[in-house]
Amino acid sequence: MKKRGIYQIKDSDKKVKEYTLSVLTEDKAGLLNHITIIFNRRKLNINSLNVSTTEVKGVSRFTIVVSSTKEKIIKVVNHINKLIDVLAAFLYEEDEIYYQEIALYKLSTKIFLKGDLVEKIIIRKYGAKILKIEEDHIIIQKTGTKVGTQKLYDELKKFGEILEFARSGRVALSKKKRKTVNFIKKLEKTKSNKLNI
Amino acid sequence: MKKIQGSEAIIKSLIEESVDTIFGYPGGAIMPIYDSLYSYQDKINHILTRHEQGAIHAAQGYSRVSGKVGVCFATSGPGATNLITGIADAQIDSTPLVCITGQVPSQLLGTDAFQESDIIGISMPVTKWNYQITSSDEICQIISKAFYIARSGRPGPVLIDITKNAQFSDVIFNYKKCERIRSYHPYPIINDKKIKEASKLINEARKPLILVGQGVLLSNAENELIKFSETTGIPLASTLLGLSAVSCDHKNYVGYLGMHGNYGPNVKTNEADLIIAIGMRFDDRVTGDTTKYAVNAKIIHLEIDPSEIDKIIKTDVAINADAKEALIELNKIVNNNNHDEWINEFRECDKLEFDKIINKEINVVEDKILMADVINRISNLTKGKSIIVTDVGQHQMITSRYYKFKKSNSNITSGGLGTMGFALPASLGAKIGQPKRDVIAVIGDGGIQMTIQELATISQYNIKVKILILNNNFLGMVRQWQELFFDNRYSFTEMKNPNFNIIADGYGIKNNKVENKKDLDKCLKEFINYDGSYLLNVVVEKEENVFPMVPSGESVSNIRLE
Repeated sequence: MKKRGIYQIKDSDKKVKEYTLSVLTEDKAGLLNHITIIFNRRKLNINSLNVSTTEVKGVSRFTIVVSSTKEKIIKVVNHINKLIDVLAAFLYEEDEIYYQEIALYKLSTKIFLKGDLVEKIIIRKYGAKILKIEEDHIIIQKTGTKVGTQKLYDELKKFGEILEFARSGRVALSKKKRKTVNFIKKLEKTKSNKLNI
Repeated sequence: MKKIQGSEAIIKSLIEESVDTIFGYPGGAIMPIYDSLYSYQDKINHILTRHEQGAIHAAQGYSRVSGKVGVCFATSGPGATNLITGIADAQIDSTPLVCITGQVPSQLLGTDAFQESDIIGISMPVTKWNYQITSSDEICQIISKAFYIARSGRPGPVLIDITKNAQFSDVIFNYKKCERIRSYHPYPIINDKKIKEASKLINEARKPLILVGQGVLLSNAENELIKFSETTGIPLASTLLGLSAVSCDHKNYVGYLGMHGNYGPNVKTNEADLIIAIGMRFDDRVTGDTTKYAVNAKIIHLEIDPSEIDKIIKTDVAINADAKEALIELNKIVNNNNHDEWINEFRECDKLEFDKIINKEINVVEDKILMADVINRISNLTKGKSIIVTDVGQHQMITSRYYKFKKSNSNITSGGLGTMGFALPASLGAKIGQPKRDVIAVIGDGGIQMTIQELATISQYNIKVKILILNNNFLGMVRQWQELFFDNRYSFTEMKNPNFNIIADGYGIKNNKVENKKDLDKCLKEFINYDGSYLLNVVVEKEENVFPMVPSGESVSNIRLE
């Protein structure tokens, strides 16, 4: 007997993995809410979310990182694509994108007096840079993956207290050769959104 | 160019979209719009309902029978929140609506002003699109966009919230119909390869079955569907919302699918080797246990909404298209065929169902009134040609089983959301949408009390709907489940009802009550033939069960006849 219901899915699709969604949208108030309720409804927790304007005027890009099964996330993407003000939603696995996150670390200036911290660890080992030096604190910036920024955090902590730490959401670009401007121009010309074709 | 007030621009925009009827209820934040409407009463008929929920269900009924976009007005705050149930209902049942709500002036947004509610936030998950207009400049463009979105693709409800200052301030009226939105693609382009793949499966299938959904009605594909079925010889089964797309006496029609559907189409789903689902979404009330659904079949899904494809049931060939267009393409290439033997298997099932259930329900020897008997008589008296509006519960399932629809767009019911209280207001909207057709609302004694105030609307505007209460003084469907699955523990389902006839008298609506079976025929005839609104209170058996039944979560093969 063949089984075909939604609960009968391939084992590989049942595994929870980290997925990255890249969503191009019209720049419209309230759209963030509209997108996030699609996750809420399925009780999916968003790992990170970044929203910003793109190189095309009036177009925003949402980059959403979420842990989910493939089966569930495909339905989420389909649902997002259905929103009127969404131009396109793309789903990526880790190996299909280039991505980075940025982290800022606020340290007490005092701990810089301890040995080779700046040269050996911050710069040579982690490729981080010093953004600002003030009398009582220093800001370090590192771009990379969550694992990398966390490693630097752990290492810095050995030297003393980290006053504050902040990490951004992921930004990602697909490995495909696609130009956003051309893609959007194509959307404007397609027949599928024209009345009385 | 001369400037006009924003509120007048709203009314003129509606006229540009050929709106001739609005269902609504005024209040503080929408008063400028109502004031402008006062001058356009020759062009727009406004129906004042007695509750905003009544207004939106009426707009749904109007839209479902006419194919036009239903329009309703409500004020801010409670007016707007009272629309939500209807909006959610329209969303899940794909009904095109434009709801216009008033809102507090934009400088008061977010201040907890009197009658302020965040209706944009509240309605977001249940609308196809929504937008808040805070400046009169936006009115024309947004209203034209609203209508375009509501009616195109898979239709749905749109809510436009308009702040009071935008209604008051002046604007140049410059209306252009929306023709495209770059981020919205409601007209899928048919993939010829998929059509060929589908037709190959269709031509080779030995036991194919067509599942007819509301998409057929929404795309006016009834004729193309009949042609498809007659050419290929494939039997047709209907979902709840697909009912009336195919005449119940068509030789290839094999009945109604789902939890309380007919025996044949349910059990045969698991014998079929090909399912052709058209404009339907494999609701759990249709599929039962999806792991034991259509186990021997390949699946072809014709569906305009890409997010419905593979949502519940994995397809072998998915055609993302308007049902009508896809059927036109398929009709060009499918082979002439017949499946009479296969259809005869359904007729055998029909015989079994008739002997085990139908015969006992419509040919009752004792002096008791069963719901099925009443609906069967109405079906015969009206020759299956009336518009039937049902509420939610046992009477709804019985009506879907026993009313033999002969005309398209005749079955108006709350399917996906299952909204009790839907039928009475939806029926008055349906009558206004199709004034020449007879409209009969079939409602339980529970459901009618959820929107009973709309009897006043029916009375005030002399809307000639027939209201049939199948009254068992119980919330019958819940009681049935309590009997079957909860050990007869009738937890809060019995009701001491008011005297519905005195209530109808109070509203000035002609009425009658049937308690004895010998009076049934005469009273039903009078009810049907009366020229005007009429409420008939039929007291039916207190504890009836609707069968067949696929118990919740079980396979369609386990459909129970008793």
